[in-house]
Amino acid sequence: MTALDRIRNVAIVAHIDHGKSTLADRLIELCGGLDRREMRGQVLDAMDIERERGITIKAQTARLDYVAEDGRTYLVNVIDTPGHVDFTYEVSRSLRACEGALLIVDATQGVEAQTVANAWLAVEADLEILPVINKIDLAAADAGKTRADIEEAVGIAASDAIGVSAKTGENMPAVLRAIVAGLPPPRSAGGDAPLKALLVDSRYDPYLGVVILARVIDGRLRKGQRVRMMGTGAAREIDRVGVMTPKPAPVDALGPGEIGFFTAAIKDIAECRVGDTITDDRAPAAEALPGFEPSVPVVFCGLYPADAADYNDLRDSLGKLRLNDASFHFEPETSAALGLGFRCGFLGLLHLEIVQERLEREFGLDLIATAPGVVYRVTRGDGETFELHNPADLPDPVLIGQVEEPWIRATIVAPDGRLGAVLRLCTDKRGEQVQLTYVGGRAMAVYRLPLAEVVFDFHDRLKSATRGYASFDYRLDGYRAGDLVRMDILVNGEAVDGLSAIVERSLAEGRGRAVCEKLKDAIPRQLFKVPIQAAIGGRIVARETIPALRKDVLAKCYGGDVSRKRKLLDRQKRGKKRMRRFGNVEIPQDAFLAALKLGD
Amino acid sequence: MTDAGPGFGVYVHWPFCRSRCPYCDFNSHVREAVDEAAWRGALVRETAHMAAVAPGRPVASVYFGGGTPSLMAPATVAAVLDAVARGWTVADDAEVTLEANPSSAEAGRFAGYRAAGVNRLSLGVQALDDGALRALGRRHDAAGARAALGLARRAFPRVSFDLIYARMGQTPAAWERELSEALDFGTGHLSLYQLAIEPGTRFHVLARRGALDLPAEDGQAAMYELTQALTEAAGLPAYEVSSHARPGFESRHNLTYWRSGEWVGVGPGAHGRLNRAGGVSVQRRQERAPETWLAAVSRRGHGGAAAETVAGGDRIAEVLMMGLRLKDGLGGADLARACGPGWEARIDAAGLDVLAAEGFLERLGDGGLRATARGWPVLNAVLARLLA
Ligand SMILES: Nc1nc2c(ncn2[C@@H]2O[C@H](COP(=O)(O)OP(=O)(O)O)[C@@H](O)[C@H]2O)c(=O)[nH]1
Ligand SMILES: C[S@@+](CC[C@H](N)C(=O)[O-])C[C@H]1O[C@@H](n2cnc3c(N)ncnc32)[C@H](O)[C@@H]1O
Ligand code: SF4
Repeated sequence: MTALDRIRNVAIVAHIDHGKSTLADRLIELCGGLDRREMRGQVLDAMDIERERGITIKAQTARLDYVAEDGRTYLVNVIDTPGHVDFTYEVSRSLRACEGALLIVDATQGVEAQTVANAWLAVEADLEILPVINKIDLAAADAGKTRADIEEAVGIAASDAIGVSAKTGENMPAVLRAIVAGLPPPRSAGGDAPLKALLVDSRYDPYLGVVILARVIDGRLRKGQRVRMMGTGAAREIDRVGVMTPKPAPVDALGPGEIGFFTAAIKDIAECRVGDTITDDRAPAAEALPGFEPSVPVVFCGLYPADAADYNDLRDSLGKLRLNDASFHFEPETSAALGLGFRCGFLGLLHLEIVQERLEREFGLDLIATAPGVVYRVTRGDGETFELHNPADLPDPVLIGQVEEPWIRATIVAPDGRLGAVLRLCTDKRGEQVQLTYVGGRAMAVYRLPLAEVVFDFHDRLKSATRGYASFDYRLDGYRAGDLVRMDILVNGEAVDGLSAIVERSLAEGRGRAVCEKLKDAIPRQLFKVPIQAAIGGRIVARETIPALRKDVLAKCYGGDVSRKRKLLDRQKRGKKRMRRFGNVEIPQDAFLAALKLGD
Repeated sequence: MTDAGPGFGVYVHWPFCRSRCPYCDFNSHVREAVDEAAWRGALVRETAHMAAVAPGRPVASVYFGGGTPSLMAPATVAAVLDAVARGWTVADDAEVTLEANPSSAEAGRFAGYRAAGVNRLSLGVQALDDGALRALGRRHDAAGARAALGLARRAFPRVSFDLIYARMGQTPAAWERELSEALDFGTGHLSLYQLAIEPGTRFHVLARRGALDLPAEDGQAAMYELTQALTEAAGLPAYEVSSHARPGFESRHNLTYWRSGEWVGVGPGAHGRLNRAGGVSVQRRQERAPETWLAAVSRRGHGGAAAETVAGGDRIAEVLMMGLRLKDGLGGADLARACGPGWEARIDAAGLDVLAAEGFLERLGDGGLRATARGWPVLNAVLARLLA
């Protein structure tokens, strides 16, 4: 066991692309965790998609032996936190495994929304924060202004923040020195106290079962020990304990203040929720660490195979993904327009995109995703409350007491000149201003917003309002009742499931018009004219009409053409299988995709 | 057992043109020189071969199509017609059509074709406007077209000509003027085609790039409706989607196609059809490339490339696709003969009910089917709905 005063546990937090992963690599290299040859760049970002998108999806750790200038060896655990808003809960839990945090800020960009949001999470978790100014090798770097930014926007002292280049390695030893000198060692009731460890992360391995990353607070975690997750109640015997150097290396036990992994032949990742407390099953701790709640999906959408024949493949693939991602939910769903598919729940939009991308890339599936929606909380007239995942399930208005929707607290950092457009957008989206500050040439706005509005098209609109020069971050901010109604889309008088949506009454008309127009453009002319309507209850709030087809006949068809032209017809006939019938008209399924597809 | 049904025809393809029109996807080729003697010999040989394949049928029509058949020497036409007469019995009133381009029209040639036995000329006028003809890549101008028409009318008892409408930048008003002039010529037959953008043509590439200013669907429909009204008023109503005739002047050869009759195809890329009882039809296709075809004929007496049996649902689709192009549709007996028994069970019955109830199709008293004036201009969609 390592003495507590020789241990430093440090998280790295930053806005995306500010150099978190590069900096982690440099630290590993400086401590000899991997030699140059083994460093493939950004070691801690393991998964393919992470590498490509530069997003850290799950927490990654490295245990480093740092020989300080006084000759003493320190154990430094570095945790690279998930860098995105959808994983806020995971971030806040993994932060609790540490005593300090490096806040990386790109000296050419300054403070961004995620910088602020993550720094605040670290402050809330009682961490000592070391600001680090990165990319000072670049000509556009302005370390002075960045220091001032940090003080103003984040509210922590930054006048002696270290300036480094993670890329060239310049001044990187100063970061290690500061970690040892400036961050506190872990506190503990000691190695003999009952085991109390924080479940920092878990991932599924097909050979080992679930691999759990844990931070020991009190007591010891050793091979052969029977442990229990205090939240989920699952109890298992540990068959392997190790640390990440960052290569996995076996150890006999983990003592107070240490971070490492263990396996216990666990097949179901749902037993191992991030934030849970691990204790000894036979000599349990009196109470769990505070604040555990399993993260729940807040954004839902339908996922359908583009080719109905792939349904079973999709089901199997979703099952495989779920093995490694307990926060992702799915259940079978049928849509008349799209056939058989699944209603899936995610922590947020990025989580949704990542899952979709994995399904397409790793499992080779071609998917149709319906427009994402949020989880509503519905209270019936009789007082019964339930969660609504699919707008089509909203009961008749007369049966409803109230409908509540999730709200978020959003932080937006944008150039001063674009502030007006940002504020207008937030107002359009039913936002309530919480705070407005100016940070050297830029403005930071904090708003409360309904999540549903953000999920709808907020990102695109923010991007166009600020020409891409805004950063945005949010966290959930509870549920609130609203004047929410279900809007159905009717084609030829029949509601198209999958196109129904819950909307705020005052926004319904505009939303309805937009969907009708989109459908009008997407549906090819038919033999009959086709009315498209948006309706709330029985009331039509928007309508469009697709005029009947007027001209569609081969000009010429002679002896030589017969078979060739028939084959053209055959192709149309085959398409018939993918038609959905609305009274007199048959509409190709593809036409709905435009209206169902994510974004525009 | 054979079943000729509505007559038997011989189609002869001449695959050469002076230049390639940018909208055309016919089997047409531009060659510096053509050894016409060799071609004459090959066409004659293949005609004899076809007579052996499809013996015993009285020939009701012969059609020289192209390409540009008016580039053939009259002697070649005569030699082929002789071969037809040797191979089959030719009806006294047989219709013998030749397609001609105005740019190669000469009084001398026309007289030669007439002497060889051609009794119907189909002239590819396409437009009566110089700018439009240039845009269509044609080698003649409007004056040339008018002159060729005059020559043709003097030389042949029956004359038809083709026009293409819904061209780039064309308005319904302009088409109305052009069509009125065309009707004033007083021919007994007119083929009026909406411009089709065919894959593999230069127009296709241009259209995809958005570089062809084509009328939108509503404009096309307006021109189509004008066409119906004007031709009807002039006594040449449509008897087929794009074919207009004074009664009695219909193209008998083309009717054989639309009624799913039998024909043989001679020459490069020509298609033929021979039917069997029970709704089975055999399609023959000749080699498409002129040189390949010529070499095949000299080696083995014919240029056959493939034969394919069409039956069941495919056959029904073809019969309806062709037959519903006719104003009169197809009678119950014609349908049963061409499609085989039980064909009704193989179409989309619910679709037929909707189409009939909404007035796109009409059920005939004898069990036949007909597309109505409402169904005709949207026949592709009607067929897609009708075929199971
Ligand atoms: N010039 C320069 N580029 C850097 C530096 N640190 C990181 N980068 C680059 O910035 C980009 C984002 O870095 P990354 O470590 O993936 O950021 P993360 O998203 O915070 O993990 C990459 O292209 C890095 O090569 C630096 O100090 N100087
Ligand atoms: C075999 S083609 C050509 C006959 C002759 N070589 C000529 O060009 O005059 C018969 C007719 O089909 C029509 N046609 C050819 N291509 C067409 C297209 N893309 N769209 C509409 N009609 C077309 C023309 O009216 C043409 O006269
Ligand atoms: S339209 Fe007639 S002349 Fe022009 S290329 Fe086609 S067949 Fe030849």
